[in-house]
Amino acid sequence: MTGLLFLIPIALLLGLIGLAAFFWSMHNGQYDDLDGAAMRILIDDEDEQ
Amino acid sequence: MKQMPVPHAAENYQETRFSVPGMRCAGCISKIENDLNHRPGVAAARVNFSTRQVAISHSGDIDPPQLHAWLAEIGFEAEQVENPVASPDAAETRALVKALAVAGFAAMNIMLLSVAVWSGAEFATRQMFHWISALIAIPAIAYSGRPFFRSALAALRHGRTNMDVPISIGVLLATGMSLYETMVDGPHAYFDGAVMLLAFLLAGRVLDAMMRDRARGGVAALLKHAARGAMVLDERGVSRWVASADLQAGMVMLVAAGDRLAADGVIEEGETHADLSHLTGEVRPERMGPGDAILAGSLNLDTPIRVRVTAAGADTSLADIARLMDAAGQSRSRYVRIADRAARLYAPAVHSLALLAFAGWMLAGAGWHQALLIAVAVLIITCPCALGLAVPVAQVVTAGALMRLGLLVKDGSALERLAEVDGVVFDKTGTLTMGSPVPVSLDMMNAREKAVALTLARASKHPVSQGLAIALVAEGVEPVALEDLREEMGEGVYGRLGGTDVFLGRIDDLACAESHGCMLKIGHRRGIVIAFAETLRPEAKETVDEMRAMALRTSILSGDRASAVAPIARLLGMTAQCNARPKEKLAAIRRLSQDNQKLLMIGDGLNDGPALAAAHASMAPGSASDVGQQAADIVFTSRSLMPVVQAIGASRRTMKIVRQNFALAIGYNVLAVPLALAGMVTPLVAAIAMSGSSLIVVANALRLNRIGS
Repeated sequence: MTGLLFLIPIALLLGLIGLAAFFWSMHNGQYDDLDGAAMRILIDDEDEQ
Repeated sequence: MKQMPVPHAAENYQETRFSVPGMRCAGCISKIENDLNHRPGVAAARVNFSTRQVAISHSGDIDPPQLHAWLAEIGFEAEQVENPVASPDAAETRALVKALAVAGFAAMNIMLLSVAVWSGAEFATRQMFHWISALIAIPAIAYSGRPFFRSALAALRHGRTNMDVPISIGVLLATGMSLYETMVDGPHAYFDGAVMLLAFLLAGRVLDAMMRDRARGGVAALLKHAARGAMVLDERGVSRWVASADLQAGMVMLVAAGDRLAADGVIEEGETHADLSHLTGEVRPERMGPGDAILAGSLNLDTPIRVRVTAAGADTSLADIARLMDAAGQSRSRYVRIADRAARLYAPAVHSLALLAFAGWMLAGAGWHQALLIAVAVLIITCPCALGLAVPVAQVVTAGALMRLGLLVKDGSALERLAEVDGVVFDKTGTLTMGSPVPVSLDMMNAREKAVALTLARASKHPVSQGLAIALVAEGVEPVALEDLREEMGEGVYGRLGGTDVFLGRIDDLACAESHGCMLKIGHRRGIVIAFAETLRPEAKETVDEMRAMALRTSILSGDRASAVAPIARLLGMTAQCNARPKEKLAAIRRLSQDNQKLLMIGDGLNDGPALAAAHASMAPGSASDVGQQAADIVFTSRSLMPVVQAIGASRRTMKIVRQNFALAIGYNVLAVPLALAGMVTPLVAAIAMSGSSLIVVANALRLNRIGS
């Protein structure tokens, strides 16, 4: 029983952190340009010094 | 190290957005961003590849035409677009996704606790788990349930009922009852059922909203066709840039070749050809001179002209079309989705059933607590998951399958409306025919003449020369090198081939002046006239025949001259109305709709916009103007017309699956409701039944994935 006192809050907290991270990423515009993100990985950034 | 631009205070900068349809790859992104970021006065340029737009933050002393010129310099055609005022549609989707995230999180956690309760947790453990469930469920329902509660309240306030009314009542009653159970330490708490129901329904709503998001306001796109502004001459003859909103009647605009007009006006100086296809649908450029009226959005093709403004801003005929479209679209927004129509029958039945259960058990002497518990079980078990989930899933699966066939469906309700159509109205130019003119035959030229013609044609942007170049390249003609290539606006392209003058351009022979086309002249020999004609889209005849086989009435509604429409109408065996202006097209659609016909309008031009918006359902080819594409429910990207028929067939199949899903859902209720009425539905049974019925309808909808394969 005492294990539950720790495990349930920990499980809920981890879930809440995930939820908060999702909300943050949405407000931060992480999903605004999904196709562009896939493309940008291919850009060489050697001239950006 | 490279000198970085000195950062200025943010308020000195303004943001301008351009739509750049020509972006294809990562190279384009870096080219645009790197180039613009190194220009003086540009603070930041950021490309959004998904929307094919670039947002440029720049200092106030750089005007949009300058940015446009820079983009053109690195080879990208760009069109300025309005900065996005947070569109209500996108905001709604965002809210729904967030609600789904919260409901999903809550449902998963409560479900874990519920599994412990179902497998026999008792006394203090069960009570603790119920309390934790309540603590998770109540805030989650308060947050995630808002879309349903709000819509249910709005419907009730107008004395109507929609799908959200039974959902809201079911969820609220179940939550309240479960909270009471938790407080009195009872065995049955339905928190899991209530939250899971919300999560399933929200998943359906999110799918629906994402589909609808692809459709954006047609009106915003329409005004894009007017230029953002114009160079205006003042009394001293000095020209300056004036934004469209500040243009006034009486001003004199300088319109360069290749520019669109920002306002309606009368030509004061200069003779030119203008592309009026956005208003008339006629692709043939019209010759205009001093004294002729020219409308906003027209494209000045070859000579710079001076135009005195007669109407600007909200008074232009272009703004008129925007208003027409806006008004025409409202009749469509009154369309009631099939799920809501079903809910109107379904909700009263469910509610009276729950009420009867409550009354029956009270009379049987079960006590109000047990009677209420049974009534809640009935509500949960009958909650319309099938209506909320199965309809959007079926429509999204169909839209996905159609997308693979080159058909973009913008809205779930479009499929519902398309399945109901009983008549099809075609625009001619660009819809039944290919938009660009095609030479009738190239046989009058020999190989050398063809090579010369190709080099000359490639030197011009005129639609006729572009059509000629495409046809010549398709024949495998190789261009020859010519010297002194130059284009005389309104005349044609001149060049020299080893001492001989060559020319491709306007037909000067009076006898042939009526024919549509161009003329090739080599040296002093007689010019060769290359006649142009419109060609039908591939499989146009088969498409029309197929439609007749589906018992659809077909007709043509064109803005073009009768002489141009008649041969095509005869060939396809359709009746036709000609010379129709945008307003007349709209009136024709309205007249037919009043006879209780449900019409599918297929058109491409700006001039079809109001008719597309007013018809029961509408389609546009991928070559259509922005307005046509925005106003239409479905855009087909192929050259062939056949996908139109495929889409009608697919929409009818979708509605068949939707009706099957309703039958499945009702069949499941017929089995489950007696159990609930008998008081045998525990939270475990409710949870299994709900997931089970949702899975069945989703699996049934997935069968639609086979469309087209």
